[in-house]
Amino acid sequence: MKIPEKTDVLVVGGGNAGLCAAIAAAEEGADVVLLEHAPEHMRGGNTRHTRNLRAMHPQPTATLTDSYTEEEYWLDLLRVTEGNTNESLARLTIKESYPLLEWLHAQGVRYQRALSGTLSLGRTNAFFLGGGKALLNAQYRAAKRLGVKIFYDSEARDLNIDGGKFASATVVNRGYSYEIAANALVVASGGFQANTEWMKQAWGDAAENFLIRGTPYNTGTMLRCLMDQGAATVSEPDQCHAVAIDARGPRFDGGIVTRLDCVCFSFVVNKSAQRFYDEGEDFWPKRYAIWGRLVAQQPDQIAYAIIDAKVSENFMPSVFPSITADTIEGLAGKIGLDGEALAQTTRVFNESVVAGAYDPDKLDECRTEGLRPPKSHWALKIDQPPYSAFPLKPGITFTYLGVEVDEQARVLFKDGDGPQNIYAAGEVMAGNILGKGYCAGTGMTIGGVFGRIAGGNAARHGGTA
Amino acid sequence: MIIATDASHRDEARRVLEICNSCRYCEGLCATFQALARRRSFADQDFDYLANLCHNCTACYHDCQYAPPHAFAVNVPAALTDMRVETYARYAWPGAMGRWFYNNGLVVSLVTTLLITATLLLALLLIEPEVLYGRFIGPGAFYEVIGHGVMVGVAGVTFGFSVLSLSVSVVKFWRGVGGSGLPSIRSIIQACTSAATLKHLDGGHGEGCSSVDDGFSNQRRMYHQFTMWGFVLCFAATCVATIYDYGFGLVAPYDYFSLPVVLGTVGGIGLLVGPVGLIWNKIRSDSRPMRAVYYGMDYAFLLSLLLVSLSGLLLLVLRETAAMGMALVIHLGLVFGFFVLLPYSKFVHGIYRFVALLHYAQEGSAEP
Repeated sequence: MKIPEKTDVLVVGGGNAGLCAAIAAAEEGADVVLLEHAPEHMRGGNTRHTRNLRAMHPQPTATLTDSYTEEEYWLDLLRVTEGNTNESLARLTIKESYPLLEWLHAQGVRYQRALSGTLSLGRTNAFFLGGGKALLNAQYRAAKRLGVKIFYDSEARDLNIDGGKFASATVVNRGYSYEIAANALVVASGGFQANTEWMKQAWGDAAENFLIRGTPYNTGTMLRCLMDQGAATVSEPDQCHAVAIDARGPRFDGGIVTRLDCVCFSFVVNKSAQRFYDEGEDFWPKRYAIWGRLVAQQPDQIAYAIIDAKVSENFMPSVFPSITADTIEGLAGKIGLDGEALAQTTRVFNESVVAGAYDPDKLDECRTEGLRPPKSHWALKIDQPPYSAFPLKPGITFTYLGVEVDEQARVLFKDGDGPQNIYAAGEVMAGNILGKGYCAGTGMTIGGVFGRIAGGNAARHGGTA
Repeated sequence: MIIATDASHRDEARRVLEICNSCRYCEGLCATFQALARRRSFADQDFDYLANLCHNCTACYHDCQYAPPHAFAVNVPAALTDMRVETYARYAWPGAMGRWFYNNGLVVSLVTTLLITATLLLALLLIEPEVLYGRFIGPGAFYEVIGHGVMVGVAGVTFGFSVLSLSVSVVKFWRGVGGSGLPSIRSIIQACTSAATLKHLDGGHGEGCSSVDDGFSNQRRMYHQFTMWGFVLCFAATCVATIYDYGFGLVAPYDYFSLPVVLGTVGGIGLLVGPVGLIWNKIRSDSRPMRAVYYGMDYAFLLSLLLVSLSGLLLLVLRETAAMGMALVIHLGLVFGFFVLLPYSKFVHGIYRFVALLHYAQEGSAEP
């Protein structure tokens, strides 16, 4: 199949947001072309590595226990973003998250039944049966059924705006350049985290030490294009969903298995064997999203979580085995730290630990006293060999710098006179709602909700702008 | 000779399942991933167990973000298929027969051909032509061609040996995967229900597993049901006939609407539809999560079921004609081959999988 010269709705990006847009546009009867930068086996952007979406629900569903009200959801968002959010867009996302579940189900997406063992997210987050790639497979099947024309290995490189209106896009498909005209454009091509040069502009050379947890194809080409055309932006270039992951993971696409859950059972030191933050501040699911940034601020963007034999079974296994030794000095040698310094940090830490009842399932009484920074919970002496270390690096999920949109998912331009037929969905506009911080499963919700809105509007109003 | 564990298969299974265990996105798909989630690390025997608990539905391959060509190259169905066939070899009794699993397609076709040829030759040599090509009607007709004693003797010895061999293997496997003592009634009921409904081919949502592409279909499950229940009905027909003969002195052939013939006919039709459907399904299926090197075992088993059924139904149709003698010889030759090969053919997948389901139920009931 050759890339056509013209279509009604052009969707750039084949992840959750792009597919929701393509399906919604096709449901409106539009002729839709979807461009996916990746080859077929890598299709789906970061959605491949996702697992769930956060959805409000007034009563229990087959997938979600109890209820999760709009207000509670809103307060959760407000708390993690520290107010860096657009309330009307955030509330729109929350309200639409409930019907989104059913709509995705109708496309063939299947959810896990509320399982007992699954984290503490069974109330707020609907888990895709088989994970994000299973969701994508269902969405691609649905899109094909509806006649959406899908092109892999196809990167949109440039946008041609003519007479205050989006006219066409330049696409490179397997080395050849094409021009495709459309009545409306939906940009759902993600953030720019895989673009090291751009990341370095925000972070300096530190960005070279970041691991990118998801797709290597999110290079921000479309985001840059829209910015060059005068699109209004939200959030900041250095804001992103950044977690601390195993430093031994691959540079790109390591996904969930590089995750480490051991921080709150450990003490964490930088390359000088010095601690730098309270490891036991709160439960890990509430703190994992700040540790990427914390490690990014350390020299060489590296840190080491140190545990002893007592707690080695308290967290999920990582795909990489721990680095283990019988003495702290021996361990320091294996990870390239100064043995004396690590022994000293351990001694000081151990001396500050006050006795208390240890309970990994609650904010317990085990803490340090007189230590800076403190460890507020789950502080146990590190004194039972073998000792283990896990190296940590910042793992970037996606960047928040994005284009500003309205409630129609229409991209807003600075001079107020920009094109009216460009829409955005997903990570490229998630910063409107997530200006800072992260709340598990919201990325997928924003992609789904705004994908549907963008696709529907692009199909309905594309010709009339 | 004892077949040693191929360490590379176990290493690969370990590598892959350790990645799975730190992901667990597939936990809702089937029993294998539930069993995985019960473990933080793996003992060697866990791979024998998990490999046989896997129904090879391939849903997890299509759902895996680390499937090849990703550098992690996670292909659970393929890794567990290698491991599973190796367990067939390792738990076979006598041990030396285990090697038959590594070129099973060839072995099964050769042995079947040899046995059917031998049966035919013996029939031609030992049975008078006027008997072999004669027309017999009424009770005892079959035994006019092949004596009752010969038939029962050959069947008893081959089937008896197969049952012995399979029993030894089952006990070894049950112990091998860590089962101790006898399973509870509850576990037996749960395992029987899972096996009878092929629960773990339902994809986790009831819409079936993946075969042709990443979509869902219950076709494989349906054709397997035709095959499995067809086999069960045919086996039941034989049991009822044995009871008729020894318990009530009623001698075969039986009336078309008698219980053994009805069971055998319905079962036989199942054994036509099922294997043909499964073969068709296999030909069309996405081969990436499969191990083509073992297709021979699958096809040979399906074809031998098909031939047994076909020859049985043919015998039913021809039993009042002069062709009955040859039809009977051919049918019995095929049945003979099938039962001789029972412990060394794909048939064993059913029993090991059932034991794995038992262990799974047992493990689940031990959970708090």
